[in-house]
Amino acid sequence: MSVEQQYIDLYTQCKSMICKHSAEALNAFRDEAFSHFKSLGFPTKKLEQYKYTDLSKSFAMDYGLNLNRLDIPVNPYEVFKCDVPNMSTSLFFVVNDSFYKKELPKSNLPEGVVFSSLNDFAAEHPEVIEKYYAKLADNATDGTIAFNTTFVQDGVVLYVPKNVVVDKTIQLVNILRSDVNFMMNRRLLIILEDNAQARLLVCDHAMDPVHFLVTQVAEVYVGKNAQLDLYELEETHNNTVRVSNMFVNQEADSRLLLNNMTLHNGTTRNTTRVTLSGKGADTNVCGMAIADKSQHVDNNTFIDHAVADCTSNELFKYVLDDSAVGAFAGTILVRPDAQRTSSQQTNRNLCVTRNARMYTQPQLEIYADDVRCSHGATVGQLDENALFYMRARGIAEKEARLLLMFAFVNEVIDTVRLDALKDRLHLLVEKRFRGELNKCQGCAICK
Amino acid sequence: MLEIKDLHASINGKEILKGINLSVKPGEIHAIMGPNGSGKSTLSSVLVGNPMFEVTKGSVEFSGKDLLELSPEDRSHEGIFLSFQYPVEIPGVSMVNFMRAAVNEQRKYKELPPLSASEFLKVMREKRAIVELDSKLANRSVNEGFSGGEKKRNEIFQMAMLEPKLSILDETDSGLDIDALRIVAEGVNKLKSPENSCIVITHYQRLLDYIKPDVVHVLYNGRIVKTAGPELALELEEKGYDWIKKELGE
Repeated sequence: MSVEQQYIDLYTQCKSMICKHSAEALNAFRDEAFSHFKSLGFPTKKLEQYKYTDLSKSFAMDYGLNLNRLDIPVNPYEVFKCDVPNMSTSLFFVVNDSFYKKELPKSNLPEGVVFSSLNDFAAEHPEVIEKYYAKLADNATDGTIAFNTTFVQDGVVLYVPKNVVVDKTIQLVNILRSDVNFMMNRRLLIILEDNAQARLLVCDHAMDPVHFLVTQVAEVYVGKNAQLDLYELEETHNNTVRVSNMFVNQEADSRLLLNNMTLHNGTTRNTTRVTLSGKGADTNVCGMAIADKSQHVDNNTFIDHAVADCTSNELFKYVLDDSAVGAFAGTILVRPDAQRTSSQQTNRNLCVTRNARMYTQPQLEIYADDVRCSHGATVGQLDENALFYMRARGIAEKEARLLLMFAFVNEVIDTVRLDALKDRLHLLVEKRFRGELNKCQGCAICK
Repeated sequence: MLEIKDLHASINGKEILKGINLSVKPGEIHAIMGPNGSGKSTLSSVLVGNPMFEVTKGSVEFSGKDLLELSPEDRSHEGIFLSFQYPVEIPGVSMVNFMRAAVNEQRKYKELPPLSASEFLKVMREKRAIVELDSKLANRSVNEGFSGGEKKRNEIFQMAMLEPKLSILDETDSGLDIDALRIVAEGVNKLKSPENSCIVITHYQRLLDYIKPDVVHVLYNGRIVKTAGPELALELEEKGYDWIKKELGE
């Protein structure tokens, strides 16, 4: 039996249960997505885009799913104590793949701003779903997207109306909580209308020592002259598989900062596609991965300069220890009309041991002639001369290595535009390098 | 303080030091001169434990300890300091963090409590003044974007911070203009004490105009071939090294 068959059977048998607990607006997409899933299947290494990560294996395990939307007995406000000091956020939770509604923070969100359960929102505003849902994320292009659309029952929507600026950072914590091996399929829909501004920090935390598989599809619309800062922070464990597909569409003069940080994980695949569809749009796509043991991090990015006068800046850094595997594939497409494009891509990687492996694949496709594009990729070891220099000053070798690794990833942390979060990240990264992040299970840093 | 006996060392199987004997007592300043490729920098690298070099024979005793048994960091803790000929740039590591780590590791070794942030910054300010190092440089990454002169001043600043018993200045004068040379040399002189010793490796007399050596050695082809008082440096400046080679029958 193929890996896909158990899920095909599951959907066929449980479709009515899935639909019963979900908004009609979401159900409307399932059958079509299902047929795409049946023909595409899960990606294997045979696909160019997945040649560094074989996801079909990850789906082969027997996971529980909460199709019947049973209540997960957990109070996230009790288990989650990972507050960033001095950072005041509007804090929300998604437990597994359900938006946590029992206890919501006093909403300090400006009038008209929505941050809520996607399923509830879909029931109330089917016309918005109709317009934005499963549009950027095309079910026909990737089996994992089709799979998510087939099974998804909830997630989060952030909607910021025209001209509204959300000052306070919104923090969304995804809590992975289960006593048995568990799969969750969640969705993120972000709509910033013209001139709107928001900052969102999304964290993934695994709380239990079981196998988790998370699929996430995010669709992000950034309107004219709007600005979005979106930070994703993964701190899960070695038995977590994360499959994320994020699609962003940026209109004229919009600004985006994406920063995807994998601090601790099992197997992670982040696909990020940004389309610059309006003149003057500016995008910063950054990422960092710190991996050891047999952890695996694969970032696959695609930046589409569809029109003229846009800028993009990409910076990804990896530190790989033990026998960790990292992959970065970054495509920048400059279409024929995208004159005066300015684009820069940088991927730098440190392999701390001989067994760590890094695959890097920069790819520029330029069809316009008046452009400024550059890319650079390096894979290396710590600078032996610098190490010796530090040791000659009395700094122990281990400490010197830490300082150098810390310095290496600092460049990515420094892109964070929230000082409190930046300070916290410095601390987390230091802990991570000192091996203190994987000593306790689950949300290690929070306890 | 330092007792080197019949020291042999090689890099990639090629022998560079072929039997060095050298004795440095507390308070002494020794100059080591010699033509290019004679092994001067190899000697300084071996003394601080650079893993690129392999010691094949001989012994080095420092303050009663077998120096060759110690890791580079412990040699530093024991009081050996090398002013690098080519100071290394370390992007992303600030001078402050670098120095704080170095100072506190040394204190840990001596079983002293770490300096508080304010104590540390105060010491840093004092020591910076010795070599007129700009406070802006102290906030930058280690040696990154420093000029040649700034890098050398930064070395002497680090020396001031770590208060070594034995300082080895490896061509600290190379790449310095007259003013920078004076500042660096004055810095070294300010740090001088009857207990501390210094080995000055140089090609030229001009550094020795400022830092007066007690003993001058000529290193040639991996061996010390001549040892004399400060007048030897003047003689070398005047006549070059050829007469020494002739004396050796080459």
